[in-house]
Amino acid sequence: MASEYASSGEYIKHHLQNLTYGQLPAGYERHDHHGNVEVLQQATWTVAHNAEEAKAMGFWAINLDSMAFSIGLGLLFLFFFRLAAKRATAGIPAGLQNFVEWIVEFIDGAVKGSFSHRNPLVAPLALTVFLWVFLMNFMDLLPVDWLPYVASMAGVPFLKVVPSTDPNVTFGLSLSVFFLVLYYSVKMKGPGGFFAELAFQPFPKFLFPVNLLLEGVGLIAKPISLALRLFGNMYAGEMIFILIALMFGGNFVLGLFGGALQWAWAVFHILIITLQAFIFMTLTIVYLDMAHSEHH
Amino acid sequence: MNFNATLIGQSITFIFFVWFCMKFVWPPIMNALETRKKQIADGLAAADRGKHELELAAKKAGDNLRDAKAQAAEVIAQAEKRAAQIVEEAKQAAKQEGERQLAAAQASIDQEANRARESLREQVAALAVAGAEKILRREVNAQTHADLLAQLKAEL
Repeated sequence: MASEYASSGEYIKHHLQNLTYGQLPAGYERHDHHGNVEVLQQATWTVAHNAEEAKAMGFWAINLDSMAFSIGLGLLFLFFFRLAAKRATAGIPAGLQNFVEWIVEFIDGAVKGSFSHRNPLVAPLALTVFLWVFLMNFMDLLPVDWLPYVASMAGVPFLKVVPSTDPNVTFGLSLSVFFLVLYYSVKMKGPGGFFAELAFQPFPKFLFPVNLLLEGVGLIAKPISLALRLFGNMYAGEMIFILIALMFGGNFVLGLFGGALQWAWAVFHILIITLQAFIFMTLTIVYLDMAHSEHH
Repeated sequence: MNFNATLIGQSITFIFFVWFCMKFVWPPIMNALETRKKQIADGLAAADRGKHELELAAKKAGDNLRDAKAQAAEVIAQAEKRAAQIVEEAKQAAKQEGERQLAAAQASIDQEANRARESLREQVAALAVAGAEKILRREVNAQTHADLLAQLKAEL
């Protein structure tokens, strides 16, 4: 399939481009494949046809593919778990309930292990984070060309099927967690207590600017590292899948080798996607636990 | 890689999902798990209790059995004692009766013997008198010697 593209570079770029919907400003020059230039008379809401257009749309644009896949996967998770929750009995569990209970108990164990306070939000939050991130990562195991190819048949120019390779998605998650951390820090310790935690340690009080700088960086690093870790892992993994997929455009032997590589990388990736989901969940729990604790 | 409103959309979606999970997914499942845990604990406790009761019942049954055996042994001992007593009494009674009957028989034999001896004496006396009469018929007057004869009769 890579052979349909002018170059490997274009193939890769194409695969890394989100389907972005936003407003192009008036006077924007749109270049199409054939080199024609169309100058927009007025600001236009449209789907970006390349990375430059997506950039020109600014902040108030939305990645339709990321949103669609993430919401779809989230609904899938909630649908099955709600189904199991509705039918949950204290009697002998079967089928779906068994599976769901297994996951719920695993999450409950993880939360009980890392979170030493009482908060009814944390366990469901951890469950949502773990499964949602896992499902989003799981899309990585689908061969990179399948869904984009089907989409291009249907006239959709770009389709990035792994939402967690979109930094918007990972930062959306980590910033939400970060706001929860801030909220609970202030709620549990009071604004003064939270400030004291940031300003009066680890060094003596008179060095509070240094403390503030250190602790502030530490605080800000939490959501950024959380989001970038997931994004980086998934983006790199996806990139390798794309590079392997490039081999399918070569001769038969190269294609066969590529197939073997893809299989091996996918098997390895089963570990990565689960691990990343688990790390994201565990850090979320730990950060919230730190937000609840007086000293850390 | 450029940031856009997907960030906000994602956050809203996330918050909604967490809220839904917290409201409609987690509690029912945890409830089911807790209820089952409790049921199992209750079941185990009941089993323990049952086992304990079984032990008590077995102990009680053993006690009862032992009591019953002791009682039975006592009853048997008493019955044996009583039987021996009855046999002894019967023996005594039989012995007494035998002695009584023996005595009665002895008495009756003595009586018979006496009577026989009496009648024998009378007969001997009568024979003696008859013999004497025959001898004296000629010399002795029966009337004159009657007292003598009576005296002789008495001596025999």
